[in-house]
Amino acid sequence: MKLEVTIAGKTFKNPVTTASGTFGSGAEFEEFVDLSALGAVTTKGVANVPWEGNPTPRLAETYGGMLNAIGLQNPGIDVFCKRDIPHLVEKNASIIVNVCGRTIPDYLEVVERLSDEPVDLLEINVSCPNVKAGGIAFGQNPQALLEITREVKKVAKQPVVMKLSPNVTDITEMAKAAEAGGADALSLINTITGMKIDIYRRDFVLANKTGGMSGPAIKPVAVRMIYQVRKACPLPIIGMGGVMTGQDAVELMMAGASMVSVGTANFHNPRASIEVLEGIKAFMADQKIEDIREIIGCVE
Amino acid sequence: MSIIKQKAQVLRQTELEPGIYDMTISFPEGAALAKPGQFLCLYCNNETRLLPRPISICGIDNEEGSIRMVYRVAGAGTEEFSRMKAGDSLEVMGPLGNGFAMGGEDAIIVGGGIGVPPMLELARQLDARKTVVLGYRSSTFLLDEFKKEAETVVATEDGSSGVRGTVLDAIREYSVEGKVIYACGPMPMLRALAEYAKDRGLEAQISLEERMACGIGACLGCICKTKEMNHHTHVNNARICKDGPVFDAKEVVFP
Repeated sequence: MKLEVTIAGKTFKNPVTTASGTFGSGAEFEEFVDLSALGAVTTKGVANVPWEGNPTPRLAETYGGMLNAIGLQNPGIDVFCKRDIPHLVEKNASIIVNVCGRTIPDYLEVVERLSDEPVDLLEINVSCPNVKAGGIAFGQNPQALLEITREVKKVAKQPVVMKLSPNVTDITEMAKAAEAGGADALSLINTITGMKIDIYRRDFVLANKTGGMSGPAIKPVAVRMIYQVRKACPLPIIGMGGVMTGQDAVELMMAGASMVSVGTANFHNPRASIEVLEGIKAFMADQKIEDIREIIGCVE
Repeated sequence: MSIIKQKAQVLRQTELEPGIYDMTISFPEGAALAKPGQFLCLYCNNETRLLPRPISICGIDNEEGSIRMVYRVAGAGTEEFSRMKAGDSLEVMGPLGNGFAMGGEDAIIVGGGIGVPPMLELARQLDARKTVVLGYRSSTFLLDEFKKEAETVVATEDGSSGVRGTVLDAIREYSVEGKVIYACGPMPMLRALAEYAKDRGLEAQISLEERMACGIGACLGCICKTKEMNHHTHVNNARICKDGPVFDAKEVVFP
């Protein structure tokens, strides 16, 4: 059974990674998951300097999903390079680093600092709905997305994956803009902006009022958008959005994803990432699929 | 492994008073590791409710291999737990968090409202001179069990038991003294106790709560503001699930 997949010239031992922000830098999950068994660990968004994030409450549960408004709290690239990357290397994990920023120079500083690090892919977060500057501002305007992609590509030593927001009218326009800017791959979908009101307190549940919705409730949106982007644009896709099981991962792959991230499921079950991988293998055995690449985008 | 995640069976459950439930689960490996002040994550059997509910540990029984939790029904998840009967099972993870640091100095153990239950196992295990101060809105629960462990005084908002007022009113009224305050309860109570401790040069260990997702320090959902930079996050935020839930009151910036 062949599980290897390739994204932008980088080969991963299997198609399962973790969705940024749901898995820390991996260390917190080591009691549950052998990090080296995953295709890659995708780390929580890291900026050029530490970010404090948003006020609490930052979390709310919704039917079949959740809202978060963490606000990209992170320790900054210095600590990340000194502490988190060496730890992942020691654990033999492949590494995808999610990069966030408020301005283009912020992003470039992080990307440059990572140039000599053993990182497989850079995932550029232009789609976080929970921060005011940067983040989604780049992800909702095709021209801004094209520009930041082009600037990042000028300094990046690793392949660049642009993480797209579903909070747009036409995601294929954004995919084409990233492609025009020179992106090597795309990841989608980031969370869908949502809101929850506590009807007894007559107030917002989240201090930030809005949050990013994730979890199995959004999976059909992810499947649809992955399919649309695959049809519109030749770049490889890392798919994410509501994957709880191996069957869910297979569905995203059939829509067009070469790799799949497990996100909110990690909160429901800290072993979810590895169980999704086991589920993919079980599906392949059952369906007599020799090579996982057979199913990528197999639905026309 | 220092964190166990498995299916656990409910051994018994009773309603202590309207909306407050007393559940004991069979969880031998968890019980062997658990300390006062730690918590468990309980997962709903209804999988549309994805996130675990963090519930404080009220009792640890290594002979029975069980953990007891006393919790309030606060939403659909805890409502689901409240309907469980002996023999039902649910997924649990724990023990989680740091727990109280138990020293030998004279202790004032303070619980307010649904912050009362985690103080019971502390009152049992703490090997020191200790006085328990419990605050309730009106009716009391677990009071007799505390009385078996230590001298216990009570405050109620409506004056139906003990002193009318807050736990601080009870501390003053009964001249409760000690070197260390251990506390769990609503934020205004913790803030007032932190002030009280600061004014008198006492140590105060306070247990905080916040909405959680992962329960293991990864998602950064459940932070509290801290005076100093946190060693892990490198900002002035500590993770309540992992760095806490028990903090030295001096380190916390109260909202």
